[in-house]
Formats: sequence, structure tokens, C-alpha cells
Amino acid sequence: MALFENLSSRLSRITDAMRGRSRVTEKDIKDMMREIRLALLEADVHYQVVKDLSAEISDKARGAEVLQSLTPGQQVVKIVHEALIHVLGEEEKLTVSPTGFTVIMLYGLQGAGKTTTAAKLALYLKDRGKKPMLVSTDVHRPAAQEQLQILAEQVGVDSYINPDEKSALTLAKEGEERARYMMCDTLIIDTAGRMTVDDQLMEELKAINQALNPDERLLVVDAMIGQEAVGIAQAFESRIGLDGFIMTKLDGDARGGSALSIRRMTGKPIKMMGTGEKVNDLEAFHPDRLASRILGMGDVLTLIEKASEAFDQDQAEKTLERLKANTFTMQDMLEQLEQIQGMGSMKEMLSMVPGLGRKLGDVDIDEKDLLRTRAIIQSMTRQERDNPRILNASRRRRIARGCGLEVQDVNRVVRRYDDMMKMMKQFGMLGQGGKRRRGRMPLSGLGF
Amino acid sequence: MSLFETFRKGLTKTRDFMTAGINRMAAGLGIFDDDMLDELEMILIQADCGMTASTEAIEAIREHIRQTGDASRQGVLDFLRLTLAGMMTEKQLKIESDRLTIYLMVGVNGTGKTTTAAKLAQRAKNQGFRVMMAAADTFRAAAIEQLKAWGERTQTAVIAHATGADPAAVVFDAIQSARARQTDLLLIDTAGRLHTKRNLMDELAKIRRVIDREASDALVETILVLDATTGQNAIVQARAFHEAIEVTGLAITKLDGNAKGGVAIAVSRETGLPLCLAGLGEDAQDLQDFSRSMFLDALLPDL
Ligand SMILES: Nc1nc2c(ncn2[C@@H]2O[C@H](COP(=O)(O)OP(=O)(O)O)[C@@H](O)[C@H]2O)c(=O)[nH]1
Ligand SMILES: Nc1nc2c(ncn2[C@@H]2O[C@H](COP(=O)(O)OP(=O)(O)O)[C@@H](O)[C@H]2O)c(=O)[nH]1
Ligand SMILES: [Mg+2]
Ligand SMILES: [Mg+2]
Repeated sequence: MALFENLSSRLSRITDAMRGRSRVTEKDIKDMMREIRLALLEADVHYQVVKDLSAEISDKARGAEVLQSLTPGQQVVKIVHEALIHVLGEEEKLTVSPTGFTVIMLYGLQGAGKTTTAAKLALYLKDRGKKPMLVSTDVHRPAAQEQLQILAEQVGVDSYINPDEKSALTLAKEGEERARYMMCDTLIIDTAGRMTVDDQLMEELKAINQALNPDERLLVVDAMIGQEAVGIAQAFESRIGLDGFIMTKLDGDARGGSALSIRRMTGKPIKMMGTGEKVNDLEAFHPDRLASRILGMGDVLTLIEKASEAFDQDQAEKTLERLKANTFTMQDMLEQLEQIQGMGSMKEMLSMVPGLGRKLGDVDIDEKDLLRTRAIIQSMTRQERDNPRILNASRRRRIARGCGLEVQDVNRVVRRYDDMMKMMKQFGMLGQGGKRRRGRMPLSGLGF
Repeated sequence: MSLFETFRKGLTKTRDFMTAGINRMAAGLGIFDDDMLDELEMILIQADCGMTASTEAIEAIREHIRQTGDASRQGVLDFLRLTLAGMMTEKQLKIESDRLTIYLMVGVNGTGKTTTAAKLAQRAKNQGFRVMMAAADTFRAAAIEQLKAWGERTQTAVIAHATGADPAAVVFDAIQSARARQTDLLLIDTAGRLHTKRNLMDELAKIRRVIDREASDALVETILVLDATTGQNAIVQARAFHEAIEVTGLAITKLDGNAKGGVAIAVSRETGLPLCLAGLGEDAQDLQDFSRSMFLDALLPDL
């Protein structure tokens, strides 16, 4: 399923070839840099950013210790990962106006997710004790205002629309009046989608910007966007003004490399991430996770968070601890499989982990398979479950007999466990890249 | 405005970008050297043509130069055009006169499925066909209202249930009505769905089964609507949708704006699926049949 390889497997081809040689040549570094560039371009990172970053990374990677380490490939991945985290910067809070009345304006291309995000933001603010109001200024897309109104009702906040009004500016002004009259403390302006090459629509937005002077002008950008993202962000920045951006549709498998490009080329922070179609699918931005995602290294933390949303926190906490401590056992695997099974589609979960799909291609988890796996693990002794390394041929035969299956079936389960361990080692290493995140538990809140 | 002019206008930005790049490169000697070819590769990548297609095109040009010795601006551009054309397939959508034709619009969120359905309705009406639309996006807020608004604008009947209803049931009803009213073209607008969501892809497969069962005699086109501003994920999308419900044609929307449109080349090359439609604006008439040669004429600099 996964089309693109992750950086780690790309690099391993080169570092495998290096093994056995005593010297790392300049060519090795060059080859690695090429792979890094390819990985970033495949992730839709802007070409210029790729160029700059690869120069920076190459300097760092030349540091001797990198290549003398046992796993140079992983060391390089770590350097790249850290470089990306650095570029992505820190999480930044939404601005609150000292006047007590904050105006947030969302803009972006058609279909990026502005209207949905406006409602999500309203809910987010409402949940934090604010009194937001939504106003639609979309006079172009059919039923766009009705869409916002329905969403506003869903999240339980006030909204202002007037489908008969033809002027976006008038709608914005009337919206502000209404919001002040209703004693709201935040006005969220939803705007029509526009291409930055469309002068007429850019003028419309400019007029709203001048009249309402928003505290936050946020670009809503689709995680799937290609190379043009930077040009678009820069055009909005120079013609309207840009305070930050929100990336949407991160629940898919797009790498989201444009986040890196926009951040780097405009210097503006990522404020939030949209992770679904529902109004509560809005999350705080975590640079380390996004960096992993861009590199196709998966987002194991999100995976665990998702698991913990559906199941109990203790279990997730335990899994996370074990992942970190490298003490993940067969028993844990069984629990994991059962959890994931209970959550619906394994594929869907794994799809959040770009590059993983292919790796796990043969680890297809169907109902029968799960039953077999469970039977096999249950036929193991406690000791075997905790330490699968002791599973020699005679033990495997015994287990197969015990559950009425073939030795091959047992072998398959052991192999699966090994695969998972390998995967986790990779993540384990990456987890340490994002120090700040460590120890912080899933769902500890979205906090400003 | 002629067909070509509309197309060309939409892609002005792309062509300007390419022209500037290529002119800058070929300015000196008027011939391409190795570095210039690298740069040309980057221009293709920046137009979202993707790594594979871009690298392949440049390799082909290198080979061409080796064989013919022709590294002139004209020679390279001619060959580039040929190579890119070879990566794309195109197909013109038909409407049958003696049986029902169904276009099923699918794609990820926000690509332009509803708008493209409305544009197709407008076009078929202008051609004198009897048209109907089915509101099988029962999920997104005001999706039904949006399609109904388009129905009024294009004077097309819209079959709809309430929000939250089973989309397959909407499709079932729509097919029955289409038959009763002797409709020529039934356009089915579906909800946007990320290709990674198994349950939503299953829902689409169910819709497809209803169509196969209830309209086995119909000409069915499954049109994947892709946003031209999308990057490399478009390839993954196309593969996943094709695998789930067998896509028969691609519509590339929003070619009027910022997008360079190279993704059309990348997706067609990677999947072999034919390009059918080009979306060139937000209004009902902003639609063209996708033409490979027009696309490339509009994309590449004038010789
Ligand atoms: N999967 C997913 N879909 C989203 C997300 N945000 C918005 N959408 C969907 O994207 C489509 C366009 O969203 P909308 O808010 O109408 O975009 P707008 O045109 O920019 O206002 C709709 O189908 C939304 O449900 C997200 O974070 N994830
Ligand atoms: N500029 C431009 N905008 C388009 C085009 N096609 C659709 N749109 C806009 O993209 C947004 C999403 O379109 P819609 O049809 O609702 O997408 P859907 O979610 O896939 O049904 C709307 O604002 C449309 O007006 C196009 O070809 N050009
Ligand atoms: Mg909108
Ligand atoms: Mg729609």
C-alpha cells in the first residue's frame, strides 16, 4: 500500500553496503544525502527547503562520530529528524487580544477545510471557557453559509450568516457587530476559498482584513498540498498578512511536508492540526511527531493515543513504557492485537503510519488470524511469553501441538513478534529525539 | 474563448514558471548541458510531476541527446513534450443515447466532486440530455443543500434523503427515479473520504454494488476527482480508490489557480488511468475535457 519508503529503509541500503569497509567515503555521504533529498521531496517538502536542509544536514553528518557508530543509518535519521523538529519549531498558542475581544480570520484555498476548522476552533475555545461566535463571509460557494451554521449548532456556539447578502465585507462587519452585541469574546471569521492568483478574491479578503484587523490571520492548509504551498503562503503573507497556519486532513497518510516548507519560508508557526471530519478532531501541534511523519517514520505516539482514546489509559501507558524500555513481550503483543482488533480496522490504524503499511503488508490482521495467534500465545508458558528468545524448535513443536496448529503457524507468530520489535526499536530511537515529549502522557490535553 | 484558450489561461502560471526556468537555462548557448538537465528535472519536480516521472523524463532526454547529439533548446523541449505525453493517457467521457449512463464521483475531502458533478450536469443539459443528480454525500454539513443549490442553478433534478441517511439507499432510489423519468445521465455525488479509512471505502464499494445490481445495463464511469494542488499523495489516492472500486477516469480540478498541474502527469503515469476532465474554475461552465496535447501546449513554453 505504501508507495514511498521511509528514510530509514532508504538509508539502510547504503549503510548496509558500507558495512565491512573501514572508511566512509565522501561518496557515501553524498549517496545518503541524495536519499534524504528524495525522501523529503516525496513528502512534498519544497524543493528549495530540501536543498537548504540537505546542506545543513550534510555538514552535521560529516561529524565523525556519526559514521563510526554501529548503525550509521539510524544516526543519520536521527540527525535529520532533529533538524526537522528544529525547523518546525515549538507549539504556539493562539493570540488572545488584550482588549477582551479577539478576532480570528481563517483563509486558504478552496476545499482546504476552513469552514470545518472554524467550527473546530469554536468548540476548542468554548471548551476552554471562551464565548466565541462564528461568522461566514463566503458568498461564493453554494450553501457554504448553511454549512457553517449547521456546524455552529453542532458545537453549540452562536453564528451569523446571511445568504442574501452579496458582500463578504458587509457580512464580516455585521458579524462583528453581532458578536459584540452578544457579548462574545472571540469572533471567528470563515472566508471563501481563494487562489492567490485570483486578484478579485484577494482584494475581497484584504478589505475584510483592513476593516476588522484580526488578531490572528491563519492560513488553513491541506496536508496533501504539493510544492506550491510555499508560494501560496508567501502570497497570502505579503498581500494580507499571516500569523500562523493550521494543517488539516492529517488523519490521512499524506506526509505533510509542506508544514516544514511553510514554517521555514515564512517563519510563521503551526498553530493546530486537523485530524478528522468531526468537530472535535483538532489537536495541538507536536513538532516531533510531525517530523516523524514527514520522514515516513510513522507516528507511533498518535497510534498509542488513538488506542488509549478507545481503551484505558493504564494499558496505553504500559505499552508506551514497554516500548521505551524495550520490554515488549508476547503477552503485550497479544493485548495489542486484541486492542487494535477491537478498534476496528488495523489497516486504518496503520495507515496513520506512512511507510509502515508496506512493512506490515503481510501482517494482515483478520479475525481468524487473531484467534490463531491468541491460541498460540496462550499455549506458551509464562516464561516463553516474557522471553520469546527461548522458543527453540522443540518448544515450538510443543506449542503447536498444544493448540492444534502447525509449527509454521507458531513460526509465523514469532516472526511477527520479531517484526514488531524491529519496528519498535526504530521508534524507540526516534522517541528520544523529541525529549520534551517523553514522559508526557497521551491525551494530557490540548492546552493553549 | 476557444477550448485551448480556456485551458491555456488556467495554466498561465505554470507555463510562465516553466518558460522562465527553461529560458534562463537555455539563454547562454541555446543548448542544454548536464547541469541544465538537472535543473530541468527540478523544474518538473517543482511542478509536482513527482520524482519518478521527472527522473524518467530527464533520463530519456539524456539518452536522446546521446543518440542524436541534439541538445538544442528546441530539440530538448520537443523531446520532453513527447516523453511527458507518453506518460499520460486521456479519454473522453460519453453519454449513451439508448441506455442509462451513470457517473459516480469519488475522491478525498474537498477536491471538487460536487462542483464537478454540477458542471457535468450543466454540460450534458446544454447538449440536450436528460440529467439527474443524486446526493449521496449524506455526511458533510450542508452537502445536500450545496448539491440542491447546484440543481437549481443548472435546472437539474436532485434525488436526496436526509443528512445521515444511507448513501447506498439514496443511490438505489436515484436509479429507480432515473429509470422512471428516462434519464440519460445520472450523476452521483458522494462524500469525500480519505482512502485510508477502511469503513468509508467499504461504504463506497457498497454503493458500487448497488449500481452493479440495479443498473447492470448502464454505462458506468467511476470518476476520481483530484485536486491539482495536491502533491505526491495524489498517486496514493488514485491507487487506493482504484483498488477499492475500480476507477475509470480522472478529473483534475482547480487547474485555474495556483497549481502547476504536474500531478496530472504523475498520477496518470503511475496508475495508467486516463485523464478525462479538467476543472478550471468555480462556475458551472468551467469544465473542459482533458486534452493531453492542450495540457502540454499550455504547460510547456512556446517554441
Ligand atoms: N479527513 C478530514 N477531512 C477534513 C478535515 N478538515 C476538513 N475536512 C473535510 O474537507 C472537506 C472540505 O472542508 P471545508 O471545511 O468545507 O473546506 P473549505 O472549503 O476550506 O471551507 C469537507 O469534506 C470536510 O469534511 C480533516 O482534518 N480531516
Ligand atoms: N478554483 C477552482 N475551485 C474549484 C474547482 N472545483 C471546485 N472548486 C472549489 O473547491 C471547493 C470544494 O469543492 P466541492 O465541489 O464542494 O468539493 P467536494 O468536497 O469534493 O464535493 C469549493 O469551494 C469549490 O468552489 C475548480 O476547478 N477551480
Ligand atoms: Mg468553506
Ligand atoms: Mg461534496
